[in-house]
Amino acid sequence: MTDTAILDDIATGQNDKPGALKMTARNVNVFYGAKQAINNVSIDVSMDNVTAFIGPSGCGKSTFLRTLNRMNDTVASARVEGVITLDGEDIYSSGMDVVQLRARVGMVFQKPNPFPKSIYENVAYGPRIHGLASGKVEMDQIVEKSLRRAGLWEEVKDRLGESGTALSGGQQQRLCIARAIAVDPEVILMDEPCSALDPIATAKIEELIHELRGRYAIVIVTHNMQQAARVSQRTAFFHLGTLVEYGDTSEIFTNPREARTKDYITGRYG
Amino acid sequence: MSSLVMPGSAAELASAPARRPTEWKSNAMQKRIRKRYAAERRFRLLGLGAVLLSVLFLAFLLITMIGNGARGFTQTEIRLPIDFPKSTLIIDQNALKGFDAEQALAGADIEGATAAAAEAAFGAAGAEYLSDGAWLAVRDRIAEDPSILNSNADIWVPAATGIDLAAKGDADPESEAAHAKLEQAGAVKTGFNFAFLRNADSTDPTLVGIWGALKGSLLTMLVTLALAFPIGVLSALYLEEYAPRNRWTDLIEVSINNLAAVPSIIFGLLGLAVFLNFMHLPRSAPIVGGLTLALMTMPVIVIAGRNAIKSVPPSIRDAALGVGASQVQVVFHHVLPLALPGILTGTIIGMARALGETAPLLMIGMRAFISSPPGGLVEPATVLPVQIFLWSDEVSRGFVEKTSAAIIVLLVFLLAMNGLAIYLRNKFEQRW
Repeated sequence: MTDTAILDDIATGQNDKPGALKMTARNVNVFYGAKQAINNVSIDVSMDNVTAFIGPSGCGKSTFLRTLNRMNDTVASARVEGVITLDGEDIYSSGMDVVQLRARVGMVFQKPNPFPKSIYENVAYGPRIHGLASGKVEMDQIVEKSLRRAGLWEEVKDRLGESGTALSGGQQQRLCIARAIAVDPEVILMDEPCSALDPIATAKIEELIHELRGRYAIVIVTHNMQQAARVSQRTAFFHLGTLVEYGDTSEIFTNPREARTKDYITGRYG
Repeated sequence: MSSLVMPGSAAELASAPARRPTEWKSNAMQKRIRKRYAAERRFRLLGLGAVLLSVLFLAFLLITMIGNGARGFTQTEIRLPIDFPKSTLIIDQNALKGFDAEQALAGADIEGATAAAAEAAFGAAGAEYLSDGAWLAVRDRIAEDPSILNSNADIWVPAATGIDLAAKGDADPESEAAHAKLEQAGAVKTGFNFAFLRNADSTDPTLVGIWGALKGSLLTMLVTLALAFPIGVLSALYLEEYAPRNRWTDLIEVSINNLAAVPSIIFGLLGLAVFLNFMHLPRSAPIVGGLTLALMTMPVIVIAGRNAIKSVPPSIRDAALGVGASQVQVVFHHVLPLALPGILTGTIIGMARALGETAPLLMIGMRAFISSPPGGLVEPATVLPVQIFLWSDEVSRGFVEKTSAAIIVLLVFLLAMNGLAIYLRNKFEQRW
């Protein structure tokens, strides 16, 4: 899709239709103090695809992911250049409310980080602070729906009052996904969501990503190339802060255009 | 890879001469093991010794204090028979029933009548057996039941220090003899000194009470807590969560750390200069004491609070920010509740120090002789440690045990305060 086509999409407001672009990044540079972490990256995130960011450690894929919902704002020395849009709206413009942005672009972190509160409270927290439920009944529904979508409901429905931190690692991560889903985001960013999990828990999360696809635009950062191949339709390969190659996952893994991509996915380095 | 052999590379290691196998059973090795075990034992013994020594000190302190102090909680009383109709006392009984009761009592020479009754009952030295404040007991009795003025009544009045000490087996021969005489007559008993928990300071050790100082301490601590806790916690939150990392923040941080180490008497001077001389707040008042101690306690709470806030894992902040919580929501919904147990611990330490502080309060006039419990935050008061300091300076022997008793009250107050804080801390830890 060409740039003019994107602009047409934005102009006609057809951003949620299948194949529509949800987020775009153009010429993004990120600096930590004087050090440049991201160099001139442009990428599109569409609604019906899972987009995977792969690359060796320290290549900037997590940094770039965190620019998509302005989590880098919490790092005092971080500075972002370029244009990133959500539904055509510049998320770094002064008119964009960062709190609302993060509700619309949810995030799941590398290490499961449930609040040290009950399972119910973990899921209900987001809807509560955004006033998404008008009463206890509605809140109960949101919690149940979110936990069901995260594939956790059957396992925890009888112990919603127990602490979220008492769950197993995989359950905790699905609880974090439920928490992100509960505020009804449009995009979900996942920063290596399975790196702290065992293979069975990982398989469950991957299955979950499949199920969530289409309902939310999903961006996943992963170290695990098999995982990228399994869960994503589009893959971006980062190296040393630059975007080396971005294309259909099948293409990247079977027929990469760049030598560096080929070396990485065949295990030559990284 | 280049063909050069790099230092430390696999090729170099392979070419090095083969290492001799380690002799795990050699003498040198055995000796080393023995030495290690000895060091281990030595360290354990030293640690145990240190702990035992502190326990010994604590036990010594407690035994001495309780041994002396327990006697401070008892008071000997003498049964004084007064024949009111025959005494010189002139009081209009009808006046005692009206609103002028106090005036009528003040006008009568109860003191003289009490002394006369004692001399009549116990001989020429009889008046000296009674505490200087014995007549107060008589007065209270009359106020309570004016009808006794028509009859011959026995009234229990506090004994003089000499008799009191003799009853507890620690007095000069003269008092011992007097006590023996009274005991023979069955006119003496030693019981729990409720007046000690009710009264304020006095010049007579048999009449002193701790309530004045205790109430002063309570009011002062209330002011300290009400100021130091919110200001300290807010400062800690701002410095940790909001303040940009720059030279000014560093400067403030260093200043607060230094403030926590400033000798307490300097805070007293500051309080004197600012609160009394500049703001003209009342001297000796709990509000000034509380303000001064709050200055001293705040840095301790800030430092403890910052450490507690720092130890809240960043992943919790990320999680809250990730679902779209604002900075204030992150702080008040997540960071503060998680840091609260640590903050409370710091507050206990700071408040305990403030409770035991004497020096700064001397500077703002809280060492005055205050003979009635303070009625409010701006009335003259003294506090427990200052009261202890004042009594320990008294010449009269009766004050020795009162000093120990006051120390026990101070320790109990401290324990109660710490107990409350620990209860609160556990409560918050359970919730999270």
